[in-house]
Amino acid sequence: MKTFLERIKNGDVLVGDGAMGSFLMDMAGDLIKGTSPEVVNLSKPEVLEQVAKMYFDAGADLIQTNTFGGSPLKLADYKMEDKTEEINRAAVQAVRKVTGNKAYISASVGPSGKMLKPLGPVSEVQMFDNFYRQIKVLVEEGVDILCIETMTDIKEAVLALKAARDISKTIPVMSTMTYNPSPRGFFTIMGVNVEKAARELAEFGANLVGSNCGNGIENMVLIAREYKKYSKLPLIIQANAGLPELQDDKPVYPENPEFMAGQAFELIDAGVQVVGGCCGTTPEHIRAFRRTVDNM
Amino acid sequence: MNIFEQISDYLNQGDEDKVAELTDRAIAQEIAAKTILDEGLIAGMEIMGAKFKKHEVFLPEVLLAAKAMHAGMTKLKPLLIREGIPAKGKVVLGTVAGDLHDIGKNLVGIMLKGAGYEVIDIGHDAKPQLFIDTAKKEDARVIGMSALLTTTMPMMRKVVELLKEDNPGGKIKTMVGGAPVSKDYAAEIGADAYGYDGANAVQCVEELIAGG
Repeated sequence: MKTFLERIKNGDVLVGDGAMGSFLMDMAGDLIKGTSPEVVNLSKPEVLEQVAKMYFDAGADLIQTNTFGGSPLKLADYKMEDKTEEINRAAVQAVRKVTGNKAYISASVGPSGKMLKPLGPVSEVQMFDNFYRQIKVLVEEGVDILCIETMTDIKEAVLALKAARDISKTIPVMSTMTYNPSPRGFFTIMGVNVEKAARELAEFGANLVGSNCGNGIENMVLIAREYKKYSKLPLIIQANAGLPELQDDKPVYPENPEFMAGQAFELIDAGVQVVGGCCGTTPEHIRAFRRTVDNM
Repeated sequence: MNIFEQISDYLNQGDEDKVAELTDRAIAQEIAAKTILDEGLIAGMEIMGAKFKKHEVFLPEVLLAAKAMHAGMTKLKPLLIREGIPAKGKVVLGTVAGDLHDIGKNLVGIMLKGAGYEVIDIGHDAKPQLFIDTAKKEDARVIGMSALLTTTMPMMRKVVELLKEDNPGGKIKTMVGGAPVSKDYAAEIGADAYGYDGANAVQCVEELIAGG
């Protein structure tokens, strides 16, 4: 199998996977109630394998690990920071059982959930150490890609990126931010716009930049075009299936696979080379992305 | 620039030391604490709130302004109590059970404090009964609930339903907010108000309290 970066350099478009949380709720709801979704990694890793297999069978080229909240600062919310190493290790191993060497393992690294000084209690050194500890395990476990995602504070995103680069100069890193639309353009809640993110993430060594989650895939097309104005790097977009509405107390996402796959054309046209899903997307969405990419 | 404008200005720059210093200076000039509060600190937070609404500033600027506001309030609080200024009303705020996202809730708290309300923050992952017990114990007028996860939104309904059974005269009102929450959802579960952002939440509380 060619490496991930060889394929990206070749101009290939790769398909990511979709949502994880909804499956965890269905298959391990009792386990994760009131605690970190990462507990599943230790107590019921077979669930991770099942989810990975669904996305692998749907045609995803990249499968993400269940490590979004796997940094020690985040795990500390549930007094689980001592288990950082085992949690991250188990997540990678579960995915590898499914992918073998037929898909890339992309390690998810989400926000710490804490703010940097002076807004919050965390120093820059602590934030760097936080990500260093998580990413070290992920790299040791041999993941193919790091996906530092859903960031809103550019300083935190850069510290995670620096930690990654301190550990490995060569591992591919995808860095994504989560933006909200406003009349003045797209900004994260911390006030970071696409231009600033594109510039800084490139400067500190991201291989791909982009966005995930958000407010539906149409906004993602606009965000992708905005990135292209300021960045030469290939893009990654992991869109959610629109904003959910509750029906009978169950979240229902408005964007179906056909609609999202249609918009995926626009994303690819705008320079996106990794197209995947976020909240509300299912193996059906990924299958639709796969068809779109294969028919190009 | 008069002293109130200076307080407001430094508050908008997030300079807590300057705000504290100027508040002391205003107190030394024997200006009533209530006047310093209304025309300095609250006026400053209103400007910040308006800028936030127009996306000219973001969470960091608001948090720093809130810290500066707090620095000024610390100086004024004993005087306000001594002047016998009645509080504007209490609001119980929390992120509902199962949900650990508190940025939105904190922002609403900052804006409410900025508008002069007393906020009792019961934190995140707050059980339904805790909202009600706290509101009754503190004699609060409004319960504000936040959720970021669609899966935890039903807890809002739970609080509204529990309150229905235990709210003499309908005195305690409910307000909901958070990214996945909508006006329709608020109506569906019978909440009294939906605040779509921090500034709007203040408006909601004002209307709820005025409406009795």
